[in-house]
Amino acid sequence: MTGMENTRAHRIGEVILAVEGVSLAFGGVQALKDVSFDVREHEVRAIIGPNGAGKSSMLNVINGVYHPQQGTIRYLGREYHDMDPHEVAASGISRTFQSLALFKGMTVLDNIMAGRNLKMRTNILMQALRIGPALREEIEHREVVEGIIDFLEIQAYRKMQVGRLPYGLQKRVDLARALAMEPRVLLLDEPMAGMNLEEKQDMCRFILDVNDQFGTTIVLIEHDMGVVMDISDRLVVLDYGRKIGDGTPDEVRGNQAVIDAYLGVSH
Amino acid sequence: MKKNWPVILLCLVLATGLVLPLATGASPPGFYVEVLLGGLMAGVLYSLVALGFALIFKASGVFNFAQGAMVLFAALAVARLSEQMPFWLAIVLALAIMVVLAWLIERLVLRPLVNQEGVALLMATLGVTYFLDGFGQTVWGSDIYKIELGIAKEPVMVLEQIFQGGILVNKEDFVAAIVAAALVLGLALFFQKTPTGRALRAVADDHQAAQSIGIPLNRIWVIVWSVAGLVALVAGVIWGSKLGVQFSLSQVALKALPVVILGGFTSVTGAIVGGLIIGVGEKMAEVFLGPVLVKAFDLAGGGIENWFAYMLALLFLLVRPEGLFGEKHIDRV
Repeated sequence: MTGMENTRAHRIGEVILAVEGVSLAFGGVQALKDVSFDVREHEVRAIIGPNGAGKSSMLNVINGVYHPQQGTIRYLGREYHDMDPHEVAASGISRTFQSLALFKGMTVLDNIMAGRNLKMRTNILMQALRIGPALREEIEHREVVEGIIDFLEIQAYRKMQVGRLPYGLQKRVDLARALAMEPRVLLLDEPMAGMNLEEKQDMCRFILDVNDQFGTTIVLIEHDMGVVMDISDRLVVLDYGRKIGDGTPDEVRGNQAVIDAYLGVSH
Repeated sequence: MKKNWPVILLCLVLATGLVLPLATGASPPGFYVEVLLGGLMAGVLYSLVALGFALIFKASGVFNFAQGAMVLFAALAVARLSEQMPFWLAIVLALAIMVVLAWLIERLVLRPLVNQEGVALLMATLGVTYFLDGFGQTVWGSDIYKIELGIAKEPVMVLEQIFQGGILVNKEDFVAAIVAAALVLGLALFFQKTPTGRALRAVADDHQAAQSIGIPLNRIWVIVWSVAGLVALVAGVIWGSKLGVQFSLSQVALKALPVVILGGFTSVTGAIVGGLIIGVGEKMAEVFLGPVLVKAFDLAGGGIENWFAYMLALLFLLVRPEGLFGEKHIDRV
């Protein structure tokens, strides 16, 4: 066990994503206040906190859905301000959603293929006529996608409409679609929410496998403390939009502010 | 799947109505086929306009009231441009104009209104409608113009060996129906089989998710509105050559409303099938149901063609609000 942790610790590289002094308010509601933390390449970094702590807001800021009033995000050394989600996606950051946002009317295969959209190089006209390069491209992408389908063990559901699948499988398709973009950084918004124990264990295994095999940097938000402590290298703890803790699972576990936030403290 | 008896019953009644004239011998087979063909040809054109509605509704959740105005605008452009240049060039130029229009609508109307209520967007397209109606007349003039396709308009007799007396077919209608059918089929394939089509369906399904995988909403909207412009152009040219290019052309689009209600707002298949059902249905009702009603209730007769489509849509709204192929709305509790 320690051996594995060592090899993982060795792989962790330089800072790839840095959040610096980010503040975000919706009218009078301060969702994030002066939050800073960094994410190193190849690590599993978790953002935890009680309900309404600002975890999802943080993810949405990184993803470009919200533009913070203050602070910057630095990705691969470059600052970005008003990037839209599709631009963030193009720069190699992909995400999954807490409340599933899959294309419910499309098949599992089409959903994941849609994740390859950014990698498609042929233009509309060539696609419409299905001439040489367009067809070849489609086949290449299909190969990658089939690999991901095998990896996440959803071969049997390939041609099924996503809306008809059970929740745990939909979560897996969501992950597959994000992986199809071959991201450097993968943002997971409560990947285990609403799952039973078995599904949670499967999902943990997949997340760690993705991290190990593809070297993908993972930033995840999670409610379930137990799960998070097991799989992440470092954690950020948010409460009422402020950062109250940052460090390895052991450090965070011993942090008094974190214990107070989670257990509640009488003032 | 749960059986939906009212829908089955309604479909049964429609099917019975379809075969009854032939089964009871009320109509000679040749004449029956002629009415059927006429209905199908009109139906393909309804499908075409309905497709314009369905495409935009699917991709942006906007009910595009301006589809009819786009038909008129495109037809006007082709009619006036073809006075000064060869017909094919006029078509190409008109298409370019429709693409520019699509881009302008995305830039000036949709983008500022993104994430607004559906009603706000509907009102915006209503505004676009009146603007296009007026602006079209400002630019192209308000007379009645002609579009000459260079195809004979006289009906010809075909299949005289099979049916007694043969079948009267208008050659221009026939060509138009084939062109429309090819376009409808091509678009359906484009949406199902190409990566861009897949991106369009993705945007239609979930804006946020589509953006998160790197699909730019704005570009998709321009494509969708351009395709709607292309559909409007073809519909405008075909209707325009039949009826003359005039203001009432924008009303043709209203006929597509019952079609999308019947077929389902979000379904390409629905627009196609719905158009055919309504096209055939109203012709059949006019020709065969009309005289029966006249005899039974001593009416003046005629005019069924004008309201049949809407009645049918109303019935479908009662028994199946999401339409034949629409996505069923499921509320989780």
